[in-house]
Amino acid sequence: MMVATQTSTKSPPESIPKVSFHGLDALWFQVGGTICNLWCTHCFISCSPKNHTFEFMSANEVGKYLDESATYGVKEYYFTGGEPFMNRDMLAILEHTLQHGPATVLTNGILISPKIAARMRQLVDASLYTLEIRVSVDGFSEFTNDAIRGEGSFRRALEGVQNLVAEGFLPIITTMQSWDENENETVLRRFKETLMILGYTRPRLKIIPPLRIGREIMRYRGYTDGEHITPEMMIGYDDHQLLCSTSRTITNRGVYVCPILIDHDDARLGNTLAETFRPFPLQHQACYTCYLSGTVCSNFNPGRDN
Amino acid sequence: MDLGATNYSRIAVFGGVYNNYLSLQALVKEMPRHKVDALFCLGDLGAFGPHPDRVLPLLVENKIQVVQGNYDNSIGNDRDDCQCGYTDPRDNYFAQISYDYTNTHTSREFKNYQKNLPPEIRFVAHGKRVLLCHGSPRRTNEFLWESTTPTQFLEKIFKDYNADLILTTHTGIKWQRRLSNGKLFANIGVIGRPENDGKTNVWFSIVHFSPEVRVEFIPLEYDFQRLAKEMKEEKLPEEFIQTTLTGWWTTCLEILPGKERARGEF
Repeated sequence: MMVATQTSTKSPPESIPKVSFHGLDALWFQVGGTICNLWCTHCFISCSPKNHTFEFMSANEVGKYLDESATYGVKEYYFTGGEPFMNRDMLAILEHTLQHGPATVLTNGILISPKIAARMRQLVDASLYTLEIRVSVDGFSEFTNDAIRGEGSFRRALEGVQNLVAEGFLPIITTMQSWDENENETVLRRFKETLMILGYTRPRLKIIPPLRIGREIMRYRGYTDGEHITPEMMIGYDDHQLLCSTSRTITNRGVYVCPILIDHDDARLGNTLAETFRPFPLQHQACYTCYLSGTVCSNFNPGRDN
Repeated sequence: MDLGATNYSRIAVFGGVYNNYLSLQALVKEMPRHKVDALFCLGDLGAFGPHPDRVLPLLVENKIQVVQGNYDNSIGNDRDDCQCGYTDPRDNYFAQISYDYTNTHTSREFKNYQKNLPPEIRFVAHGKRVLLCHGSPRRTNEFLWESTTPTQFLEKIFKDYNADLILTTHTGIKWQRRLSNGKLFANIGVIGRPENDGKTNVWFSIVHFSPEVRVEFIPLEYDFQRLAKEMKEEKLPEEFIQTTLTGWWTTCLEILPGKERARGEF
């Protein structure tokens, strides 16, 4: 079932603030399309085994954009989906990317076999640059995770994590905050304990806030009327915090402003990178989450202006 | 700040003092044998160690020219936090302890000094345009780690900022890369704490401008036992003291890229 996507606010166009484009620091690839081996109840772009809204990208397609991106001095590359490792070209894509710069893959971990982990070890050892693997796990137990990500997914994801750790990777375990904020400390502590028992002795964890679009509307809730960015909110705000000020997302259907809004036609900015370097109106309610949380999708926040 | 054309043929450059006046003393003592024309510090005078005010006289007496780091901007302007750019709650917890300690123990005179430091220093030496900054030329608190700084990014930065040699610090781990067009980039590390390699020494650099420009990283030994003792007396966190004594970072680790993090102990 596809859930109707919630789009803009009710504000008149003149009151929609725009984010400037400061240059291309991060380039994202929707390399797994919207095709996934899981059917998570919180997926903000409703990925599933049957969602072919976006298809896999080939190594050739990705390669063309990688070479173009070098001229803009891109600093880091991200690969998402869908599930990137369902794409048979994924390792070839990483090999090419690691000649240009650091790469991060957002995965559910299930397809990371000992063989794939070992091959990625070879690739990262042959490169100057780091390769970060972000494995999504929702909570520290089968109980919380499988309710969101499907039966058996906790055990299978953690096998992937163990395969990565065995090859010397320090995967970043990414989890959507599906619990109350005041439970953060307890959840983090128990999460780390669980990972340490499995042999991941210095776990890295990243908590991301819920994006209340796509299937998440049905799991919990959509945005309320008041949850949008107003012009006043942008006064004195350093918009480097927003991914869309320094990043674009490549899909098999063109270049989008960010990986969160690919279900929205107005987020498609062009066919080539060069034609997408312009301000973007922050009219989507998902923009509100980025506003509050900073760069939701990146590994690290870029820091503030002094 | 632009110093214009200079006759420098050799300079010493260091970053991140982090209140470590003992390593700064050791560095100054080494200077005569390196025969440098000038000394530069790339900022972050406070944090981590004890007795912030013991750094100021060393800077002044030795005519060290200093670039403003994010820490100096915060202390100089009485901000609430160090603007280090950490994102993890544990990292921020420890960063705040050392910030509050440093802020409380820094005199008004030293705060004014830090407030007025330039965000960058430029000069020309042997025809090379040199740019000294803290994090990156475009952002004081940008982390430029070796494994997350592509050559294509550096090429753009050299072009955008009209330079032949760029020196930065901020991350705490040194590295350098020469580009195919001869431009040279170096993150010169810090003298305030060891660089997460299990050794207790710290690092500074000597930049040679003749016959060609090159950056030489030099290990610096200092009385780390005394530093640890004074940190303990000042009731600074045991985690910081362990870093001084072992050379392994115990805090502020979440900001490290996987490649650099995997080389450390924690």
